[in-house]
Amino acid sequence: MEHIILVTVENKFGVLSRIAGLFSGRGFNIESLSVAPTLDPSMSQMTIVTSGDERIVEQIVKQLNKLIDVIKVVDLNESDFVSRETALIKVHTRQEDRAEALRIADIFRANVIDSTPATYTIEVTGDPKKIEAIINLLQPLGIKELTRTGRVAVAREPLRSTTTQPKKVARE
Amino acid sequence: MKLTGAEIFIECLKREGVKTLFALPGGVVLKIFDMLHQQKDIEVVLTRHEQGAGHMAEGYAKATGKAGVCLVTSGPGMTNVITALADAYMDSVPLVCFSGQVPTNLIGNDAFQEADNVGLSRPCTKYNFLVKDVNELASTIKEAFYIATTGRPGPVLVDIPKDVSMDKAEFNYPNSVSIRGYNPTYEGNKWQVKQAAEAIMKSKKPILYVGGGVIFSGASKELIELAELTQIPVDMTLMGLGAFPGEHPLSLGMMGMHGTYQANMAVHYSDLVVAIGARFDDRVTGKVSEFCPYAKIIHIDIDPTSIRKNIHVDIPIVGDCKAVLRELNQILRATVNGEQKELRKAWWDQIREWQSAHPLSYQQEADGPIKPQQVIKRLYELTKDLDPIVSTDVGQHQMWAAQYFKMAKPNRWLTSGGLGTMGFGFPAAMGAQAAFPGRLVLCIAGDGSVQMNMQEMATAVVHKLPVKIIVLNNRFHGMVRQWQDLFYEGRYASSYLDTTPDFVKLADAYGAIGLRASKVSDLDNVLQEAIAAKGPVIVDVPTHPYENVYPMIPAGGCNHEMILDDPPELKLKQSGGAKVTPQDKDTILTA
Repeated sequence: MEHIILVTVENKFGVLSRIAGLFSGRGFNIESLSVAPTLDPSMSQMTIVTSGDERIVEQIVKQLNKLIDVIKVVDLNESDFVSRETALIKVHTRQEDRAEALRIADIFRANVIDSTPATYTIEVTGDPKKIEAIINLLQPLGIKELTRTGRVAVAREPLRSTTTQPKKVARE
Repeated sequence: MKLTGAEIFIECLKREGVKTLFALPGGVVLKIFDMLHQQKDIEVVLTRHEQGAGHMAEGYAKATGKAGVCLVTSGPGMTNVITALADAYMDSVPLVCFSGQVPTNLIGNDAFQEADNVGLSRPCTKYNFLVKDVNELASTIKEAFYIATTGRPGPVLVDIPKDVSMDKAEFNYPNSVSIRGYNPTYEGNKWQVKQAAEAIMKSKKPILYVGGGVIFSGASKELIELAELTQIPVDMTLMGLGAFPGEHPLSLGMMGMHGTYQANMAVHYSDLVVAIGARFDDRVTGKVSEFCPYAKIIHIDIDPTSIRKNIHVDIPIVGDCKAVLRELNQILRATVNGEQKELRKAWWDQIREWQSAHPLSYQQEADGPIKPQQVIKRLYELTKDLDPIVSTDVGQHQMWAAQYFKMAKPNRWLTSGGLGTMGFGFPAAMGAQAAFPGRLVLCIAGDGSVQMNMQEMATAVVHKLPVKIIVLNNRFHGMVRQWQDLFYEGRYASSYLDTTPDFVKLADAYGAIGLRASKVSDLDNVLQEAIAAKGPVIVDVPTHPYENVYPMIPAGGCNHEMILDDPPELKLKQSGGAKVTPQDKDTILTA
């Protein structure tokens, strides 16, 4: 089963290779991985999409926790979560296709972020199914290049939230 | 006052109480060696190979319970020490290894003797550091010792570029360490411990499965109390030997692939397995799906990843063995009464029956070739009152030593378990000897594995480390030959060594003492002479070449299905009925 794991790590060199080495050394899967600094610049957050049965995922979480540069590990599948992925799709457009490309982009609420007489570059954000769907529709036009960010995710806040006021987090 | 990186290095080691440094110099660590040369607090043991330095540090650590420390140069120095790091990682040995690195401005340029030390050691260390700034050297070394010795211990590498050892900085040694991603759990969850105590009270056929974690945690006293209080039999893993006295009536000896009959039968038929500081290694469990099929499992370990890695656990307790056992004993002391003994009478009757049905056995003919078991048995009987430290290499001799040399106390049994590193024994023994100059340190080795680090005899002679090596010389990689006899129709592919050196002359060539026991009747005298000798000794004991280690659970087999003796066709061959010499075997192979 697919699991999305959020890993908060020290923002220093070599950490990514420790994580990647753990997955390759123990034969765990990585389907996608994205990394970026958090509000606190000394830490980075990784979103790792992986798969395995319950025992393997338990091991993945434990092994990640065991790494000294790992500060926090959350398996999002333990609660409800939302996840998004962005894709940048550079599509070939002959004159007669340009309107069709725009229509498809419109249906998926995607943006055209670059344009040449022969191409459009389309930016689309959504869950993986949506990304797959737009790719399938654009494919007949001819996709020249495709870049995907890999998924990022966050846990859904419970409906009946706590009574305490949310803390304001200022960006430094 | 500002100090150079090399001086800071030495100051840090002194603060950490390091007395002995196992080291081999090279270009980029010369500044450090130059400073070591000008001080007297830390003894530098110059080894002949970096692997030797690493294993010596391991032996030191296993015997003392403190971190062992070694220092190697960049490039080949680093690659040579990797086997020792991997060994220490598998067996949770606290080790701090310092490696030299090319100057920071040359890193990544394929400079002379450059290697990516951090990259190379990443999968076989608990953590590793590259120090890029001399101002961070002291705090890094502090962290390295902290990480190596706390939680589940393990090796830590600190890579020091040449310029960092020469640059100057203010020396500030931090008093404490705080790493936000590293907070080992020491106290067990109280509710879980209570559950464990209840399960122990209720069980009719319990067994304690004890691993090396008990030794590193220093929990032997607590373990003995637990076993005696509850009258539960004790199985030990290879790494756990010594955690519980081998001759204690509650001890069933070693479990696993070459464990005793009673130890393996007991764990298979038990209704409650209490695993303490052990990790359900495949050499212990055999076929995992049929490991202790009738039992509930309690697992106490400081490393959460060990729990439920290989096997389902009913009551997991993450914590330090000593702390958890203390807590457990406290509950049990209040609840245990005479009833448990009665409840488990049938269990003990069964165990005693197993014990007498298939005790460890071998046959020694008075004028026949010396049986390896006989050597270990006599060595044990002759030395057990001297409280010796015993190291082994890896192979048949290791298993016989584990079976017949009954360790009475912890930190006296030095062996390579997880990685199975041939060549470990001799340098490990030297490391232990360096820590305890006055003690008797024995290295039980095979003729195959002892040659893997024989060069360290020069180190032993120079540094006056009077280790006694007993070579069980069967001219084979014996364990390989045993598997070939049992599973490869007796084809001895590359297991016959043909020419082993004359170990007596070899010892002599190094300036050590060489002795040989050729007959059973010589054995006691020769061993006595070795034990009494002042310097390092090699005792060469030519042994029966075809003796096999039993009981044996074939890889992937079940614990209650042990091979207890040579199969009939093998017996026939070995008794000369169908004589096949190794040379014949070679012909068969080339045909």
